Amino acid sequence: MQWKDEINTGWGRVLKAREKVARPERAPALAKLLESTPAPAAGMRRSYGDAPLNDGGHVIDMTRLDRILGFDGETGVIEVEGGVRIGELARLYAPQGWLPAVLPGTGFATVAGCIANDVHGKNHHHMGSFGQHVKSLTLLGPDGKARVIGPKRGAGLFRATVGGLGQTGVILSAKLQMIPCKGDVMMVTERRAENFEQFLELLDHSSATYTVGWIDATARGEALGRGILEEGETGSGLMPKPKKARSVPMNAPHFALSKPVVKLFNRAYFSRVPAHGRTSVKRIGEFFFPLDKIHDWNRLYGKRGFHQFQCVVPIEAAGRLREMLETIASSGLASPLAVLKRMGPGRAGMMSFPMEGYTLAVDFPNRPQARLLIARLGEMTEAAGGRIYLAKDSLASGARVKAMYEEHPMWAGEVAEADPDGRFVTDLVRRLDLRSPA
Amino acid sequence: MNSTASETWIILGATSSMARAFARIVAEEGAHVILAGRDLDDMKRTAADCRARGAAGAEAVKFDARRPESFKAPLARTKEGPGSINAAVFIGSMPDQAAIDADPALIRGVVADNFTGPAEFLHRLAPLLEERGAGTIIGVGSVAGDRGRIGNYVYGAAKAGFATYLSGLRNRLARSGAHVMTVKPGFVDTAMTWGIEGMFLVASPEKIAAHILKAARRKRNILYTPFFWRYIMAIIRAIPEPIFKKLSV
Repeated sequence: MQWKDEINTGWGRVLKAREKVARPERAPALAKLLESTPAPAAGMRRSYGDAPLNDGGHVIDMTRLDRILGFDGETGVIEVEGGVRIGELARLYAPQGWLPAVLPGTGFATVAGCIANDVHGKNHHHMGSFGQHVKSLTLLGPDGKARVIGPKRGAGLFRATVGGLGQTGVILSAKLQMIPCKGDVMMVTERRAENFEQFLELLDHSSATYTVGWIDATARGEALGRGILEEGETGSGLMPKPKKARSVPMNAPHFALSKPVVKLFNRAYFSRVPAHGRTSVKRIGEFFFPLDKIHDWNRLYGKRGFHQFQCVVPIEAAGRLREMLETIASSGLASPLAVLKRMGPGRAGMMSFPMEGYTLAVDFPNRPQARLLIARLGEMTEAAGGRIYLAKDSLASGARVKAMYEEHPMWAGEVAEADPDGRFVTDLVRRLDLRSPA
Repeated sequence: MNSTASETWIILGATSSMARAFARIVAEEGAHVILAGRDLDDMKRTAADCRARGAAGAEAVKFDARRPESFKAPLARTKEGPGSINAAVFIGSMPDQAAIDADPALIRGVVADNFTGPAEFLHRLAPLLEERGAGTIIGVGSVAGDRGRIGNYVYGAAKAGFATYLSGLRNRLARSGAHVMTVKPGFVDTAMTWGIEGMFLVASPEKIAAHILKAARRKRNILYTPFFWRYIMAIIRAIPEPIFKKLSV
């Protein structure tokens, strides 16, 4: 097996790592690799920060282990290799009436990556997190030996693996419970929210299966927190074939996302939905993975890259969230990509991000002021009793993260047992010192 | 052939990433897929993947290019497949030229994998296509077969032999309505090329597989893929031998 020298980054393209990467194409090759050179696994590297990086070390690229191993059309249980992309399952099975229970914002994420970050989707308030629909998974430890674990069998290790950032081993395959859907088109209703209060009210009272809010993170004063609530239901129908995805050919110049451009864009984006709202029919991928049709969209932030800040705060801390939004809006640093969602309590792992409340995600071009702002937002999140999302993070401090994740000591214990020699440590885990319990 | 529904595809060397990508495409179009190769466990996983993607049927069967006695089972399975019979050969092995220099006996294996094994199999399969007066054979060679180069000329020689064989088979099967296409891929992002220095313009197996199927439907005879390799190889072939022998391209 050969190791290839690569320089890789997370999706935000701020943090880089020089790595030796192997890409096994068969399960025995993976086991053999682990026997000789145990190393953390990487998938499509859709985490924004350094979660998928191992600077100066080895990494196992899992994207070629991407097959569907079995599907039961009666129960909707599907078994897949860890490297399969979640959007591929949606594409193949929605026409047959099944969807992965949880779909994150990009279809390019691998199933193993969805598990390792215990991702959430636009239906979190109903269906919980990705890991809650994992019936079992095959985990390869640092010795290359496989263990099948699940919510009942090896529950401790399972709860440390789901949302566990790859620290317990390499996820070779998993059995997922899919959910029935009506077909592969979406009925989408878009509604304007004129300000933050109205937005929360719309979110709280929405009865839709899927909801997501785009928020104008540059609007201030009366319009603070204005945005568009999208509600979606699956349906059956016929849609023209999707257009071929376009890609961003090169890094954009820095003024592409400067304050006046973003403000203008956001105003236009907000006004595109009529005041009384509208309902339209979309392809399923268009609703769930709106940005996937522009390949390499992260290049729009230029070569300096960008950060995404994502937090969740408890419902009663909505006032704190408003303060955070004020801080963001007055900084004038936000990009048009900002999302507000309601979250339910569902989480499946010790280091899972979700908690019942509101989650806010905002992208910022990588600038010194933005880094300071994100640190401030992290502080405010902690004070609000919330959490930041490690899949997005490249800036937080270990002490703050450990304070936010109350089950962290338990997780560290499980990980110490599963990987005592620290073979699966990644840059994120090093930076936040997550392996040590306190 | 416009659609793979009610077609049978036997895919030799089915554990390679290009073969897997190809199997997926024909599976999604509803073909019956027979995966032949050495790693049965791995091919069973690919067969499951093909079924999940809509293949009318998918099975894995042992095949070893170096053991002609292993050809019987896949031939028999193919004969029973529904609709027209089609074959795609993705077998290939490329040991380091240095390893071959150290142990010339390795040449036997390289020739068997890249040339004589697939040729003997196709020769046993050909009457079936003639009988049904339809079907396509796709043989994946390599641009390395277009000219012997210091870096991999044993591999190149075997691929050249295979290309010549395919050319003759095309000539023969054209009389009965069946078609043979020779494929010469350039650099493809597979386990074979992973981590090798000096690779450029590397194409994904998915892209190559889609290109191959599309070209086969158009009954192309010789396909360079990605297309620009036709021009790269035209230049390399045009270099006069007195000069070429001093180069290490």
